[in-house]
Amino acid sequence: MSTKSTSKGSQPISSFLLRKPKVRLISLLTLPMTWIVGVYIVSLFLLLITAFWNVDPFTSRVRPGFTLENFIMIFTVPAYIATSIRTLFIALSVTAICVLLAVPLGIYMAKIANPRLRNFLAVAITLPLWAGYLVKIIAMRLVFTEEGFFNWFMAPFGIRGPGFSIPIVILTLTYLWFPYMALPVYTAIRQIPPNLFDASSDMGAKGFTTVYRVVIPLIVPAIIAGSVFTFSLSLGDYLAARFTGGATQMIGSIIAANINLNPPVAAAYSMIPIAFVVIYLMVARRTGSLERM
Amino acid sequence: MLRLSRLTRVALGIVVLSILFFMYTPLMVLILNSFNESQISGWPIDNFSTKWWEFARSYQPIRDALLNSVLVATGAMVIASVLGTLVAFAMKGFSFFGRGTVNILVVLPIALPGVVTGVAFSNTYSNFLTPMGFNIGYFGMIVAHSTFCIVMVFNNVFARLRRMNPNLQEASADLGAGLWQTFRLVTFPQFRTSFAAGALLAFALSFDEVVVTIFTAPPGVDTLPLWILKEVGRPNQASVVNVVATVVILLSLIPVYISQRLARAQEDE
Repeated sequence: MSTKSTSKGSQPISSFLLRKPKVRLISLLTLPMTWIVGVYIVSLFLLLITAFWNVDPFTSRVRPGFTLENFIMIFTVPAYIATSIRTLFIALSVTAICVLLAVPLGIYMAKIANPRLRNFLAVAITLPLWAGYLVKIIAMRLVFTEEGFFNWFMAPFGIRGPGFSIPIVILTLTYLWFPYMALPVYTAIRQIPPNLFDASSDMGAKGFTTVYRVVIPLIVPAIIAGSVFTFSLSLGDYLAARFTGGATQMIGSIIAANINLNPPVAAAYSMIPIAFVVIYLMVARRTGSLERM
Repeated sequence: MLRLSRLTRVALGIVVLSILFFMYTPLMVLILNSFNESQISGWPIDNFSTKWWEFARSYQPIRDALLNSVLVATGAMVIASVLGTLVAFAMKGFSFFGRGTVNILVVLPIALPGVVTGVAFSNTYSNFLTPMGFNIGYFGMIVAHSTFCIVMVFNNVFARLRRMNPNLQEASADLGAGLWQTFRLVTFPQFRTSFAAGALLAFALSFDEVVVTIFTAPPGVDTLPLWILKEVGRPNQASVVNVVATVVILLSLIPVYISQRLARAQEDE
């Protein structure tokens, strides 16, 4: 369209821009890129720089310089190592539980439910995503508190909840991020051609064998795409641990606790979740799952 | 068809019911507790009343927090709408070197953990801008929110632009319209529904965001989620917190609902 110029002279700017697509592209991108790079990427970069600074022990102000102390601390202080491992464990558990719930849900929605029920379930699964992040955490807190719903509901069976602890953190994070796993898995199961199921059963496979040998291998990319969310969102979270975890600390807890006391340590520790997320994204990308997102 | 035994079907049905129970019980417990007459929330609820709703309506800190939330979400929505639309137009009309990078840059602010984004902004504001004599204050919160809201507008507008007929714009140019005139009379009417849907999602995203807000809100300024956060720090959950939480649920669901309706209306066109 750049070749078709308008009546010259009447609209000089428009005809100039129409003839110069590069100028048009630059004028479109300048403002948003200045914003994202100038505000956000620069901030991330400054965070990385701050990770090599230290804090003046007398004035407790941040002091420019170059030290690897903060990074050495993260990898040698046992409490920090334990927190990294604990956080990784929590994020992986959340992802595993999400998969274990999403597959039967997806099979039910795609293969058993009638269209009306299917649409209802799709909305029912998506809706809580928008109910508010903090709201859902404090809702879980209400359910699992000492005098809460869970203990009341389970009292007839003689079961009492574990109180605020790591299992409840895992449950809360599952509650928060489950839709991100459920929706891609459901979509993937729906897209499996029905004749594959016929072929499988013609060859004598029972339902479970078909699920295990046909469905699961075909939905692996969707599971990976969903796990990018469940894993990285859990990994960076700390409010779930703060409100439903009792004394449980995650990577985010330590970053948040240090940002005012010792910004360089917080900055250095921030690099851990960034590294985890980037590695995870790269692995996911190699499997080709990211194009589905 | 997938052949499953009757027992398996029943078992799957039970799993689905349990999932729904798991997803909706906490929200129900929370909403019902906003009508709990006693000061401390719990279960079962002995007496229902609208006492805390009336209290919240006239309680100044909650009203201030609501005002802040609306201001920040509106500011973020406006900035993100402009920036997201510009990126969408660039990505639609051109294939250029670094296209993939631009895409990643737009997604990155919500892909990285909120605590990292929050700490990065906080670090820039307090360890770089303030020593340089520049106090960003209230606007810092809006800047941070705008940054991670861009992707919402971008996704919606970009999806729509991809399905639009480019001939209409060319026809408009052939007929002598300038770029601005074409945009105003031809292009914008075609994507304004997606634009509005994206803007509403950006509003909703900003409205219930809390982690980045913790690190970027100036001292003494609360948004609704920040106010909740401070109150929940105490050992027992006060029932008035559930009132505010219910308001947050409603005020984030309403824009999303309208946004979905708009998206559907556009598909029907």
